[in-house]
Formats: sequence, C-alpha cells, structure tokens
Amino acid sequence: MLVLHGRRVVGGVAEGEAIVTSQAISGFGGIDPMTGIVTERRHELCGQSFAGKVLVFRGAKGSSGWAGNFQTARMAGVGPLAILFNEMTTKIALGAVVMRVPAMTRFDTDPLTVIASGDWVRVDADAGFIEVHKGGRSDPVEHCSPA
Amino acid sequence: MNLTSEEQAMLDGAEGRAVAQAMSLLVRYGEALGAERLVETRNVCGGSVGSLPNRRNVIADLDTMDAVFSRMNLDSDEVLEIPPVKTMAYKLIEAMDPVHWEIQQVSEQTRELVRKNAEFSDRVGIQRCNTCTPYQVGNVPTFGEHLAWMESSAVVYANSMLGARSNVEGVQSAASAMLTARIPYWGKHMPENRYATHLVEVGCEIDGMMDWGLLGYYLGEVLQENSPVLTGLKKNPDLKCAKHFGAAAATSGGVEMYHLVGMTPEAPTLQAALGNRPPTETIRVTRKELALAYEHLNCAERRDIDFIMLGCPHASIEQVRIIAALLDGKRISQNTQLWIFTPRALKSHADIMGYTAIIEAAGAYLMTDTCPALGRVLPTGARTVATDSCKQAHYLPATLKLETWFGSVEDCVRSGISGRWEGTFQ
Repeated sequence: MLVLHGRRVVGGVAEGEAIVTSQAISGFGGIDPMTGIVTERRHELCGQSFAGKVLVFRGAKGSSGWAGNFQTARMAGVGPLAILFNEMTTKIALGAVVMRVPAMTRFDTDPLTVIASGDWVRVDADAGFIEVHKGGRSDPVEHCSPA
Repeated sequence: MNLTSEEQAMLDGAEGRAVAQAMSLLVRYGEALGAERLVETRNVCGGSVGSLPNRRNVIADLDTMDAVFSRMNLDSDEVLEIPPVKTMAYKLIEAMDPVHWEIQQVSEQTRELVRKNAEFSDRVGIQRCNTCTPYQVGNVPTFGEHLAWMESSAVVYANSMLGARSNVEGVQSAASAMLTARIPYWGKHMPENRYATHLVEVGCEIDGMMDWGLLGYYLGEVLQENSPVLTGLKKNPDLKCAKHFGAAAATSGGVEMYHLVGMTPEAPTLQAALGNRPPTETIRVTRKELALAYEHLNCAERRDIDFIMLGCPHASIEQVRIIAALLDGKRISQNTQLWIFTPRALKSHADIMGYTAIIEAAGAYLMTDTCPALGRVLPTGARTVATDSCKQAHYLPATLKLETWFGSVEDCVRSGISGRWEGTFQ
C-alpha cells in the first residue's frame, strides 16, 4: 500500500476503484453528464465512465460550463466518488465544490505516476492523505448494514 | 478565508437566504482554491442553464425559475427566493433563436422554459443579451476592472485584449457574484499571476481568422492553462481574429490570458509581459504546426455538406458584412442549410444595413441568442457540418455526433453554395 499526502480541496472520505488519465478533461463537450462517459474525440478515456470511481487526472480544461456539467453528473447519480488532480484552476475548484465529493491536489508524489486505472484508492481529504492499493482491493471492505 | 464585516453579515443571513447561500458557496469555492479573501466586482456574466437541453432531466421536478436557479445556479438543496441582482449582470447563450426556432427544431418544452427564463431574468435584473460575446454588445470592461465572467472565450478576450481581470467563472460562482458583488481574489485578479510563463516565437505569417484560429487551437493543446507571450507577429489581430484566437486556445486547452508584444495592454515589451522572469519554455510555431491543428479539426469523411455553421463566438458586424458580400447574388445548395449566429443587437444593425436581406435572399439565415453546441439546435437530418470556428469544430463531434469540417469563411460559404466540402489548407 502506498500513502500520498496532499492538500484538501473539498473535505470528506471516500474509497473506490481509480480511473486515471494524464490528460485534462473538458466538462462541457467533453463528458456526457447523464452517463458519466468521456466523449471528447482524441481523449484517452473516450468511451469510458468515471461514475462511482475515484477520478485521477491532470485537471480541467475548456468551457466555463465545467462545474455545471459535473454538477449535473452528480445529480444524475453518475459523478465520481472523489477527485484527485494536479493543476488547480477555477473550473476544477468550483467543480469540486458542486460535485460535493472529497477532492485533493498538491501531492508529495505525482499521483499520475503511481496510480493506475483499476487500483483501489481510499481518499481522506480531511486528514490530507490517500491510500493506494495497487492492482485493486486486496482486503474485504466492511460495509455498514442498516440495523 | 478572511471576510469583511459586510461579507460576514451576508454569510450570516443579513440579506436573506439566497444571498447567504451565494456567500457560502463563494467561501467554499475560495477555500478550495486557496484564496485568502474576496474582491468586489460590479460586472458579472453568467449562464441561466435551466433552459439548456443537457440539464433538462435534472430539473424536471421543478416548477419555478426560482427553484431552478436555487438548484442549478446556487447549488442549493432548498428553494430560495431570488432577490434582484446587485451588479451589472449579463446573461450568456440561450437555447433558441427568438424568430427561427421552428427550423431549429426547438420543442414546445424549450420554448416554455426560455419564456420563463426571460421573465425570471427581467424580474431579477439580468440583462438578456444572450450572447457569448458581451464585449460586442455594450459590456466593454475598463483596464484593471475586476470581473466575474463565465464563457472562456470572453474571459480570455477581456484579460488579454482589454486588461480587465477575470478568472473563468462557472454557473454557480457567477450567480453567487451577481447576488453578493464578490468573487474570490485568486488567479488572474492578482497582478503576479498575469505575466506570461511561456514564450511563443511565431515563424510564419498569421493573417485572417483561419490562421489565428489554428494558431490558438495548436497553442491551447501545448500550453494547457499556461499564459503565452507571442513574438514575431507582423500584424495586429483585429476583433474577429482576437476573438477566434482566444476561443480556440481556451477550447483545446485552458488559456485564460495571452500577451502580444507591443499590441496587448500588459505587454509593452517582452520583458514586461514576462514580468522580468525567463520563460519556463519556448515554443516555435510554423505553418507545419498550423497544418497539424487543421488536420486534428477535420474529422469528417463524407463530403456532402448538410449544414454550414458560422459565428462561433457570435459573429461581429464585420463578419456578417463579409458573409453577406460572399453570398450576395448567390444561392445556397438545396441540400444545405447555412446559419450565421450573431448577438441580437448586431442583427438589428444588420437589418438596417441590408445584410440580413442579402443573406436571406441567398437562402441562408442570420440567427441570434444561441448556438448549435449549447442550444443543440440543428437543421433536420444534419449529419455533416462545416464551420469556420475551431471551437465549434471541436465541440460538435462530441456534443452532437456530427462529422465536422473546419475551414475559412470563404471555404465554408463556397461549400454551402455547391453542397460539397471544398476546403483546403494552404
């Protein structure tokens, strides 16, 4: 297990499977906010969905509709579980706030070099660190069941 | 975040729940950015997204525009009563043309939402300019003015060409700024973040909208959100070229500001543009790089053209004049629709000048208020589109699944007349 320390952008704790791209993502015209699928032609994630995953990416680009589109993805139930990114911009900061998921940046190690799609990542934005389980989840995760 | 007593009072509810929610959103947004304080702004451009087609499903349960604005623009789970806005506030792109909605295949539901959106805007005092180019219709910021603008192409224009100060805001931060007259003091509001980081040496002639668009499209992809300073240019870009350059660079990347030595207001010299620091990288551009951008934008195979889209960002009156001259006495192919988009105020002017009549006599349409990528308005059965806009050519394949050709305005109009794509890169 790897541990990376970084800065909290939006607080909270979440864990899930990682989907990773070294490329920036466009919100408007780059994703389908009703399915969570990346739609930009020539994007390395084109055709793949970030719904219910920990999205690890370089940052945001393109239209100012970024936060609006990711907010819609949240409302449609197809937003990411958490976001980890390298480049801080207004688009991604506002997007993180309206996605209402844990968000972190400025890690001591570049997450793009150590996290691969399919790895299991636990994000504790409040405490300022993430845990990376290479190759997916190894230990069973305890689920809370309603009493 | 350090708040003034007035800002703290807004957050505590002294001006009502909608203003408190707006201030709360700005504080959370500022903290996410790492901003230390807010700055006063009196000039806001934002989107009323409630009428746009791709948000329709998540507001289907709401029956008032206050409810839509609360959820979409203020990210509130409760319905808030929206008070009049505090700042000059401009509304960006709408979902349809007010006259030609029928050939745009606009649904009854959209027309109803646009009507309700208009009533809402009028009640709270948001100017219904319905354009991505507020600087063409009366909102020309002054040097150093703090703005809270959405629309990446307008922000890069205001920062670079006018020396005003704006980050690329989003739906929720712009709405919150309208209600509080505040925005986080971060990024391009701060003088130290306005310098160029990358030097671009242009080694070829850049002339006309197509060259400027391709240069922007190439640089955006290379620079991402970094700010370039360009040297080696022989000609000043005019409004239409600057508009296309910035829009393209803010589409393939996230460029929010550029400097042209001796041309833009914060670049009297190369050293001044760089803030007396060495550039982190030097990029050389020749015709080869422009050709690469041209190749990336032309994704179509089918040469029959169903649709020509001109005016992204919304056409200037000069562009409308140029297109009218190209269409004068000609006739668009019966298999092709040619739509030109411009702000409504400029269409009134085109009417007076006789441009609209020339365009309509050729079988084309001069439209306002919307665009295909955002309004999802298209001619019936359109599969292949040609456009003179890098921005629109980038978005149409992803948003509307159209095969897309990109070329000069002359190539586009000629192809509209023949019905076949005739564009080339020289």
